[in-house]
Amino acid sequence: MSRQNTRLDTKKVNSELLTLTYGALVSQMLRDFENVEDVNKQLERIGYNMGMRLIEDFLSRTSSPRCLDMRETADKIQLAFRMYLNVQPTISNWAAAGDEFSLVFDNNPLTEFVELPQDYQQLRYSAIICGCIRGALEMVQLEVQCRFTQDQLKGDASTEIRVKFIRRLEDAVPAGED
Amino acid sequence: MIYNLYIFDKYGTLMYYGEWNRLKQSGITKDEEAKLMYGMLFSLKSFVNKISPIDPKEGFLFYKTNKYALHYVEVSSGLKFVLNTDTTATGIKDFLLQLYSKIWVEYVVRNPLWTIGTPATSDLFKTKLDEFVRASPLFGPKII
Repeated sequence: MSRQNTRLDTKKVNSELLTLTYGALVSQMLRDFENVEDVNKQLERIGYNMGMRLIEDFLSRTSSPRCLDMRETADKIQLAFRMYLNVQPTISNWAAAGDEFSLVFDNNPLTEFVELPQDYQQLRYSAIICGCIRGALEMVQLEVQCRFTQDQLKGDASTEIRVKFIRRLEDAVPAGED
Repeated sequence: MIYNLYIFDKYGTLMYYGEWNRLKQSGITKDEEAKLMYGMLFSLKSFVNKISPIDPKEGFLFYKTNKYALHYVEVSSGLKFVLNTDTTATGIKDFLLQLYSKIWVEYVVRNPLWTIGTPATSDLFKTKLDEFVRASPLFGPKII
C-alpha cells in the first residue's frame, strides 16, 4: 500500500492557473454564444468528455473496484475531488431511498476570483463539474443526474451539487454471428 | 515469456493487439480472431460467475493449457487486458495494471487526438508499449 501513496503524488500546479484558464474559457464562450443557456450546455458537454477520460486516470491511480452502492460511489467522488481539485466536499442530504445525495462545498476553486454580472444570473458557471461527474460515472456503468442546487456565486452560503442515481447500465453483449 | 496481448474496451472493440513471440498463427483474420477471443472471454466470465459456489468477487482471472497461460485483467471502466504467456510466468496482474496506468492512461487516454471507443493507433503508444513489455523480466524466453 505504501507504494500507492507515492504514486498518488503527481505533478502539482498552482490552482490559480486552473482557475484563470477556466475563467478564460467561460468568458470566451460567453462571447461566442449569444445565449447563456447554450454556454451552460457546452460547459456541461466539455465536462462530460473530460469525465470519460478522467475516470481512467482515477481508476489507474486508485485501482478501485466497482461500487456496490451509491454510498461507496459518493466516497469515491469525494476522494476524486480531493485528488483533482484539492477540495473536500461534504456528503449530505441523503434521500431516504439512498439513491440521491448532495456534495456541499465551502469553497469552489473554479470560482475563486469570480463575480457574476447581473445579466448572467442564469449562467451555471461551474457546470463543467456536473458534466465531469456524469461522464465519469457513465464509464463505470452508472447513469446519474447531476445539477447545482446552491451556488455561492448566486449568494447562497455554500455550493451544493445534487447527484441522483438513475440506473445501472448493462454490460455489453458481444455481437452475434450472422 | 510473453506471447501476445489484446486490449478490449467494454463494448468488445479491439483497442490494440500486440504480438512478440508468437510461433503459431490462428489462420483467421485478426478481426475474426479478436471477435472469437472476446466472445470466449465474455462467455467464460459469465460462466465462472454463474457456477461459482461462493461470491466470485474478481471472477475469471486466467486459464492454463500445457503450453501457454491466458491472463485476464478487467478494470472498472470495462477495459480488458488479455495477455498470453508461457505457463511459468507469475505476477501478470501487477504487470497488466502497471501497463494500464503507465502506458494506456499516459499515452492513449491523455492523447487528445484519440477518440474514445476507437482503436489506439498512436505510434508513440506503440513504441512505449513495446519498450515496456520488452523491459519486463517476464519478456525473455524461458526454457521449459
